[in-house]
Amino acid sequence: MTETPVTLTVNGISYTVTVPPMKRLLDVLREDLSLTGTKEGCGEGECGACSVMLDGLLVNSCLVPVKQVDGSQIETIESADLDAIQQAFAETGAAQCGICTPGMILAAQELLNHTPHPTREQIREGLAGNICRCTGYQKIFDAVELVSLRNA
Amino acid sequence: MSYRVIGSAVLRKEVAGKVAGTADYVDDLKLPGMWHGITVRSTIARGRIRNITFEPGVPWDEFTVVTANDIPGKNIVSLIVEDQPYLASDTINHAYEPILLLAHPNKYLLEKARSLVKIDYETLPAIFDVDTALQSEHVIKRYLMEKGDVDAAWSQAAHIFEGEYSTGAQEQLYIEPNGMIATFDHKYGVTVRGSMQCPYYIHKSLMPLFDLPAEKIRVIQQETGGAFGGKEEYPSMIAGHAALLAWKSGHPVKLIYDREEDMAATTKRHPSRTRHKTAVAEDGTLLAMDIEFVIDGGAYATLSAVVLSRGTIHAAGPYRCSNVRVRSTAVITNSPPHGAFRGFGAPQSIFALERHMDRIARGLNLAPEVFRERNLLHTGDTTATGQTIHQTLDLPGLQKRALTHASYCAKKASFRELNKTSAVKKGIGFATFFHGAGFTGSGERYLQSVANLRVTSEGKVQILCSMTEMGQGTNTVLTQVAAEMLNIPYEWVTILRPDTALVPNSGPTVASRTTMIIGKLVENASKVLKNKLGLPAEYTCEQFAAACAQHGAQEISVQYQEPGAIYWDDQKYRGDAYGAYSWAVYVAEVSVDTLTGETCVDHFTALQEVGRVLHPILAAGQIEGGVLQGIGFALYEKVQFRDGAMVNNQMTNYIVPTSMDVPAISVLFEEVPYEHGALGAKGIGELPMDGPAPAILNAIEDALGVSFNHVPLLPEEILERCEG
Repeated sequence: MTETPVTLTVNGISYTVTVPPMKRLLDVLREDLSLTGTKEGCGEGECGACSVMLDGLLVNSCLVPVKQVDGSQIETIESADLDAIQQAFAETGAAQCGICTPGMILAAQELLNHTPHPTREQIREGLAGNICRCTGYQKIFDAVELVSLRNA
Repeated sequence: MSYRVIGSAVLRKEVAGKVAGTADYVDDLKLPGMWHGITVRSTIARGRIRNITFEPGVPWDEFTVVTANDIPGKNIVSLIVEDQPYLASDTINHAYEPILLLAHPNKYLLEKARSLVKIDYETLPAIFDVDTALQSEHVIKRYLMEKGDVDAAWSQAAHIFEGEYSTGAQEQLYIEPNGMIATFDHKYGVTVRGSMQCPYYIHKSLMPLFDLPAEKIRVIQQETGGAFGGKEEYPSMIAGHAALLAWKSGHPVKLIYDREEDMAATTKRHPSRTRHKTAVAEDGTLLAMDIEFVIDGGAYATLSAVVLSRGTIHAAGPYRCSNVRVRSTAVITNSPPHGAFRGFGAPQSIFALERHMDRIARGLNLAPEVFRERNLLHTGDTTATGQTIHQTLDLPGLQKRALTHASYCAKKASFRELNKTSAVKKGIGFATFFHGAGFTGSGERYLQSVANLRVTSEGKVQILCSMTEMGQGTNTVLTQVAAEMLNIPYEWVTILRPDTALVPNSGPTVASRTTMIIGKLVENASKVLKNKLGLPAEYTCEQFAAACAQHGAQEISVQYQEPGAIYWDDQKYRGDAYGAYSWAVYVAEVSVDTLTGETCVDHFTALQEVGRVLHPILAAGQIEGGVLQGIGFALYEKVQFRDGAMVNNQMTNYIVPTSMDVPAISVLFEEVPYEHGALGAKGIGELPMDGPAPAILNAIEDALGVSFNHVPLLPEEILERCEG
């Protein structure tokens, strides 16, 4: 496949990679940039494990051809701006096996960006695109509520 | 007695890497010179391989190809019965059976190469249903478990109730798909690392595959992204495949399944059918329970005999009955082998029993709680295997507490009123059940598990055992036990991630045994260490460090000792089936929309007695997660088979509960310390899988007045029955 240069700003750092244009953003992050915190769960946009922020919007990076996002700003779990949510996830028991956690933390961040003090119902809706098989979600809801409380 | 570390919500030991995204799952690793592997699988359920051709389209000379003929040792996945090959050589017994392996440096070429391998088959008739398998004696295992004289009881009965119940297959759906990386070196042999529950199962199976001694097989666990039983036995297959490719290619080989392959090819919960015939006295006393339990094992024996065993022992539940007979069978069909999934046979037989108990109560015109209460086990009673319950047990009390917490009676009455005028019908139902922790019968004695404790001269302690962390909390709970026992800070204790070159064999990480059994070994090792260090009854952590400096580095090794005399007859299935049981009462509140057929679980109460709770957040997390998997089992998760192959092997059409589907879950613990478990703890992990499905279907019957006896129960089935 023909390769093409693509420039991305990931967590504030600019990268140019030469890759097939249809290569998934997920694979570029993991393979070309060695940012392996973003996980693949299903490869079809159902589980949300590969969630990243693309110009401020939450996307499933397994569904994004990299050429389509040339010049974009990407934020992944390796970002330095997620400390408060990461800390809350750790304290409330929101991470069990940990594989959905990076995507879930980014989904929580997007929710909190739009709705700094969400109700339990808004949290349920806000995280509905991310599947967790371990926790039954209760502790994840607790984590988001804890961040909201601390931001009060 | 008060505790410092136990019972407190210390941070999960490995949590920093998990929230930062730096935890090293197998797919995150890249080894120098690493190639990628892929598996070519059968497209038919049964037949013979006539011919394999490699069609042009990829540079085949660059690929490593492994077939059954290449295998240097025994072409068998060693587990219980030696019937399952690593690679089919001639006969195909199920769809997606592995036939051939490919490796290449470029992973993007592999999928294309796989499509260019053409296999010509001679197809043979296949069996896909339990009845055909039973009639043709395609049987893996049968058990007959008898107490008293069931046949003599029928004539004494005021009422006889019969019922048939069934459960579907269920996919574990850990979010991290299966994967392994293998390397081969002539001096050191085979090393595999990956996602797994049981490093020593893989170790045992790779030795004969390569005809290599124990020291030349090394199995290392990577961070494991969920398992739920699904990474108990199948990883032995994947590890073998990756190792064969590494051995033949001379490169490290990474073999990662994508979701579709993982769902179609790896194990799922055994589908089951249970028939009950029960004799009851006029006052509601159980006189006899006659139970027939059948599970579909799929094409190879794998763990089916053991799953059947647990399902059999749990089939009569926590009830007192003098005459019980359970006849159970695991059949062979041409589906991919079914395997371990949280609960391991118990969710299937308990579903049947707890639906049947509601049926009997209705038939007797008794409230389900009243009927159950008349028959619940008390301390001193015997279970269906004849095991006397010595532990303090107040099951009626637990049932009362759960029902009171759930406002069961008040809600039941108010729903009845509400339902008269609403198209959305509400109902409430419950299940009362138990789950045996640890290996069945003599199993723990045979395992002879070992755990080690190592201490440095600075007083830092490390636990060495083969128990894996897969999200359930092994690392945290075992280090809590050591820190508590040694009276040192939690931060001073670490646990080594399992690596068969470094840790002893503590048995598999299954059967809710980690905390209860291996935790107890850590507790005992801590006692031995304290004695060795000559510490007084009370001391500070500074004194501990000083004693370590004085005595130098130490390593303590302890082995499982049977707590007292456990009697178990493996032939007759009589005796002490489990060292301890956890007990629970789960209450589900549902709304059923009679226009759409959709069921919503509105609230869930989960009350359990699991011995002492060592970590409140982790314990509640186990219950909440298990309950939601149970809700999925009951209402959403339908594995659709066509000709023995799963056809909805995608997350798009195999539906698991999301954050929108989960009700508020009230988790309540009753703590009755168990003297032979780690600091009083019993097993917890599997228990929450057993209760939700029957509780929910009991609630649906309460809402609609219609009896459903199969899970998963999908909206279309509800609509059909409500309209009919």
